[in-house]
Amino acid sequence: MSAESVAGSVAAPVVSPVRRRRNVLVWLSTAWILLVIVVTVFAGVLPFADYGVPVGLPRADPSGDFHQLLGLDGQGRSVLSRLVYGARVSLLVGVIAGTVATVIGMVLGLIAGYFRGIADTIIMYVTDALLAFPPLVLLLAISSILRPSFYTLLIGLTTLVIPTFARLARANTLNWASREFVLAARNMGWGPFRIAFREVLPNVIPSVLAYFPTVVAALIVAEGSLSFLGLGVPSPTPSWGSMIADGKDYLRTDPFLVFVPAAAIFLTVFALNQCGDYARHRFDRATRD
Amino acid sequence: MLQFSVKRLFRGVLVILLVTFLVVVLLSLAPGSAASVILGENANPAEVARLEHEMGLDRSVFVQWLSWLGSAATGDLGTSPVTYQPVTTAILERLPVTLEIAFLALLIALVISIPLATIAARRPDSGVDRGINGLTSIFLAIPAFVAAPVLVYFLAVEARVFPVIGWDPLSEGLVANLRTAFLPALCVALIEVAAFQRILRADLGTTLREEYVEAARAKGMTARYVLWRHAFRPSSFSLLTVAGISLGRLIGGTIIVETFFSLPGIGQLVAGAISSRDIVMVQGVVAFVAVAYVLVNTLIDVGYGMLDPRVRVAAAR
Repeated sequence: MSAESVAGSVAAPVVSPVRRRRNVLVWLSTAWILLVIVVTVFAGVLPFADYGVPVGLPRADPSGDFHQLLGLDGQGRSVLSRLVYGARVSLLVGVIAGTVATVIGMVLGLIAGYFRGIADTIIMYVTDALLAFPPLVLLLAISSILRPSFYTLLIGLTTLVIPTFARLARANTLNWASREFVLAARNMGWGPFRIAFREVLPNVIPSVLAYFPTVVAALIVAEGSLSFLGLGVPSPTPSWGSMIADGKDYLRTDPFLVFVPAAAIFLTVFALNQCGDYARHRFDRATRD
Repeated sequence: MLQFSVKRLFRGVLVILLVTFLVVVLLSLAPGSAASVILGENANPAEVARLEHEMGLDRSVFVQWLSWLGSAATGDLGTSPVTYQPVTTAILERLPVTLEIAFLALLIALVISIPLATIAARRPDSGVDRGINGLTSIFLAIPAFVAAPVLVYFLAVEARVFPVIGWDPLSEGLVANLRTAFLPALCVALIEVAAFQRILRADLGTTLREEYVEAARAKGMTARYVLWRHAFRPSSFSLLTVAGISLGRLIGGTIIVETFFSLPGIGQLVAGAISSRDIVMVQGVVAFVAVAYVLVNTLIDVGYGMLDPRVRVAAAR
């Protein structure tokens, strides 16, 4: 913020300190996310039952037996193991789609924000048009064209969040491109691409990446919504959304079939949002008022 | 002012054109054209080609888009090859249900978030402020497909306050209607509470540090009076914008609750159309929702300029 704008504004700017008190919630959230990651990565070598094969009577209540720790589902399959393998789908889809969209969105936003002109106009109108679809409607339209599969999900979810990252990157690029060091680089005779990618981009990355956990959380919700509607990863591969959809038929007698995956989604999304809030507070300070 | 409105409207129209073009392109990529859906899987290719020609599906995407736009402008979004119902009729029949859920959800979200935001803003950085922030973080992590079965279990199956599923139209009385509409609306409203509360809390925080607020306090006005009469209105503009954006999202997001509670709305229509591969219907509904979304947001931006003189000045610069 320049000295002029500080003097010009009526309200005194309040800049919260970078390091606040150690937040217990953020630590717990990080621990939960790490736990989920570790369990899903090593799901294959851990002694979980096969997620597609019944291990007991349908809808058996939770018991001391390891496979039955969280009960059995409508087909007698272990809820615990379906939960673990379901996490794999949710996390993989969220992280891969989020990463691809970050890269593409960042490059588009950088080009739009640094070069302006016709490229900026086109990129902004296309992102406007993509953002004009309510997220779930866009995903439904895409899954109506392509058959539901892991890759369809990836394509849909990536398309969904590219505009968000492009917008973020553009806003940050605009902010950094007018700085003195960019002018200095230009005076040194650097080409525009070299300046954009070597001078501006490194400053844009932290602010944009700060949104990564929040976007992954949104992607997990979107994936869950699609799976809930039966348009996610095809059965028998479990996903948290389809577990809720399957369990809702037994809501009256066996509510835990819904509560277990619901709790998993809640905790994961909550944890990712907490980490996202923290990351934005820590790394996205340039464009904050 | 006029210049700002015209510019914003022009931008809105351009985005709408682009949106409809995307919809036409997207669905022209679908494997199996509308013609093959009508004739069934075992139709012979020559017949499919003939029907495609009749329906104009063999023309270039751009021409298809133009002709689609032309008929859409007269209110004709085509006829579903699956149900033989005109798409426009189907949408208009089901629109009231979706709008009711969306507006009710918006109302619920505002009723919860405005008091939470004002209470938090009165004691910035206190335990109360942090507690409310934590509470909205919890709401933020409850998507509709999680809220729906859980709330149904506690409020409908156990407590029997609301019916489990189903829809009573307004013609059966307001109370009966609201009883079936409240739970679905609450399910989609929860996640919006967080966004509303945060934006209003942040804006109130900024406004309450303005000098004129200080002056009002110095004149001996009560904190409550200053908050509602002096600070609330200038702080409510971002909330208005966010509410507009979320209204569009709510219209799209009712798909989940409409499917879960079997409500006869637009969401259920599009979900059904997707499973029966009714491309004409999907195209019509998706285009309708997206255009409505752009229109709402454009109108809010224009209205925003009318309410807040500062926007006009900033736009004129």
